[in-house]
Amino acid sequence: MILRRFLAGSAAAALLALPLVGSPAAAQQEEAQYFPGLPYRSGPYAPSGIPLGSGYADYLAMLQARDGGINGVPIHYEECDTGYNNDRGVECYERLKDSGPTEPAAWHPLSTGITYALIPRVTQDEAPMLSIGYGRADAADGRVFPWIFNPPITYWAGADAIIQYIQAEEGGNLEGKKIALVYHDSAYGREPIATLERLAEEEGYELSLFPVAPPGLEQKATWLQVARQLRPDWTLMWGWGVMNSTAIQEAAAVGYPMDRFIGIWWSGTEPDARPAGQAGAGYKSLNFHATGTDFPAIQDILTHVYDQGNGSTERDTVGEVNYNRGVLNAAVTVEAVRAAQAEFGERPLTGEEVRWGLENLEISLERWKELGLDGFAGAISLSCEDHEGGGSAYVQQWNGSAWEPVSDWIQPRNDELRPAYEASAEQYAEEQGLELRDCSAM
Amino acid sequence: MLYREAGQFKSDYVSDQAIFPILQDRIGVILIFLFALLVVPFIASNYMLSSILVPFLVFSIAAIGLNILTGYCGQVSLGTGGFMACGAFFTFKLTTAMPELNILLVFLLAGFGTALVGIAFGLPSLRIKGFYLAIATLAAQFFLIWMFTQNPWWTNHSAAGVITAPPRALFGDFYITGIRATPLNKYIFLLCFTALLALVAKNLVRSALGRAWMAIRDMDIAAEIIGIRPLAAKLSAFAVSSFFIGISGAVWAFMYTASVEALAFEVTRSFQVLFMIIIGGLGSILGSFLGAAFIVLLPIMLSNLPAMVGLRLPVDLVAHLEFMIFGALIVFFLIVEPHGLARLWQIGKEKLRRWPFPY
Repeated sequence: MILRRFLAGSAAAALLALPLVGSPAAAQQEEAQYFPGLPYRSGPYAPSGIPLGSGYADYLAMLQARDGGINGVPIHYEECDTGYNNDRGVECYERLKDSGPTEPAAWHPLSTGITYALIPRVTQDEAPMLSIGYGRADAADGRVFPWIFNPPITYWAGADAIIQYIQAEEGGNLEGKKIALVYHDSAYGREPIATLERLAEEEGYELSLFPVAPPGLEQKATWLQVARQLRPDWTLMWGWGVMNSTAIQEAAAVGYPMDRFIGIWWSGTEPDARPAGQAGAGYKSLNFHATGTDFPAIQDILTHVYDQGNGSTERDTVGEVNYNRGVLNAAVTVEAVRAAQAEFGERPLTGEEVRWGLENLEISLERWKELGLDGFAGAISLSCEDHEGGGSAYVQQWNGSAWEPVSDWIQPRNDELRPAYEASAEQYAEEQGLELRDCSAM
Repeated sequence: MLYREAGQFKSDYVSDQAIFPILQDRIGVILIFLFALLVVPFIASNYMLSSILVPFLVFSIAAIGLNILTGYCGQVSLGTGGFMACGAFFTFKLTTAMPELNILLVFLLAGFGTALVGIAFGLPSLRIKGFYLAIATLAAQFFLIWMFTQNPWWTNHSAAGVITAPPRALFGDFYITGIRATPLNKYIFLLCFTALLALVAKNLVRSALGRAWMAIRDMDIAAEIIGIRPLAAKLSAFAVSSFFIGISGAVWAFMYTASVEALAFEVTRSFQVLFMIIIGGLGSILGSFLGAAFIVLLPIMLSNLPAMVGLRLPVDLVAHLEFMIFGALIVFFLIVEPHGLARLWQIGKEKLRRWPFPY
């Protein structure tokens, strides 16, 4: 017994001492462009994180298998599971950043919380970070956030696009209409409020706010209030994870008209709508990229990656909303690397060079077609000042088993959004004591 | 053999009452501190400093704080996350309102602010005990988080409700928060700060106050009869504990993640710290460090282990293995030594004394 206890003690001591001795996997010495990945394949949000991370990984794997990399420069991809947990995300970032053969091309934290935590870190480490469809909206101001990019569209622009859609549906006039926002009561869910309030003043609709405490499994009271007392003309949702499917089911249960219920892009994926089944038919959501597998590049993923048994998720997932979003993440990053390669040469690039590529990124509709992604997303054009690129979005509708587009591409009114980004970014710069970067010199 | 105190005679009260009465312990602790201060910065990578050692030190402070309340004074608390959030948001408000104030002073002020909050939420402890008190402190947890999420004032009206640490230097160019702070600066500062706080805590629990706490913990009625005022003892435990926890929340937000929203201090954070002191050892400062090491370092080590030994496993498998092994180890240690890792160390020490001739 005594010996056993002593052994247990030594075992404990050894276990605790181990991380002090070991270092992360030794960097492989090869000439390759390094792409770190921060997916969340475990934890409560894994149903969203698996397709998102897999789309990213698979697109890179497809390029490697089909073209041998990017312009002949091989791709080295490595990932670390964050579990959608901010502390773990930071740990993963620190672990991955030095473990590749070269400097990381760009980071995709895939979580607004981790994006916030990494902003000071990537700024210090001079590594570009993209938050596509999440993160800080005011990172669109490249003067304050030189290393952060949020193409193609921010939450604020998303809110604007939804209001434009509603306006069109209502025949142009929102005067006296009632619009409700059901939102995840967190940093992410509160993003659209300021924009919606500003638009409420301009357009004359009445905005009511319904925060849902995370994780959002209990929404009966909310929906009784929305559908029985307030009876808004339209309801918007900024939901996440299990909150989405709960909301759609509750809305259907209280008989709220589903075609007047519009979610943001994180509330418009298959796992959100599927649990409600037919009852959820008619529910709408905003999206900024196409869905399905009907694109040559995605067919290439199926043939070059999945047919070889190298896919990082189930084959059925390919073409789902979150999967294609992962593909978009990868495609934008790879285009930036190509742009930078054209300037600096076809070799593994540093973070600073990739940032140059991002700030000179032009993905026209023709370019999307060349990439085998015709009509996959709107044109993206970034610059030193504009890190968002003024992308567009469309509304899709759930038909009970799949998403169908029901609107054209909607262009957010960036002339009005831009001052808001700049004001918010400048406040951040002041708080942080940052000097604004002069973009006119570049 | 090495670890024998024969020949160490104590001829005055000072040496008898020293924190480490045995010479080997004293030398050991000083060596560990010097190693951490002088050697670790040269051998550790930035990854190790910023994502392993910094959170370990931060959580050690939190665990010391909760250990004072729960381990020494016997008041179970589930409000740790809320008190950590207090420290973080108080620091943010103070340092953005008065940028010229030294950040160390701001941390301490935030700690004092949290202590006041702790006293307020400690009041129910005068009437209720045990599990019921745990539920009452849970109210603090939920109320405080609610307050910080709902009032944009706390975040300087940031649209997202996230606070970001502005750059602040301890002196001159020695930045410890914000973009210009290097992992090394953060580590050095936190190491000294944690050592200082641990020293304060250790001396507090050896003082009259600490003995009053332990008397209340062991039997509050008996303590009251021998003249200890439960009001003063319990509320001072809440105050001191919240002070430490507030500081740990502040350094968590400012020096580890560098940007947080109130949701980072959810109730799971409270449980995490509670597990640390249960596994590390209730009523032991050393136990706070061991528990923090167990809860913070072990999962990171487990998720690094496959890569270290050259195995390339899918990341989701690694994540799930980590949960399973970590859970199993918690159960294992609680069965082997219900009094925590600190007790395990104590037993080991006894063995070492008699080694190599045990009887």
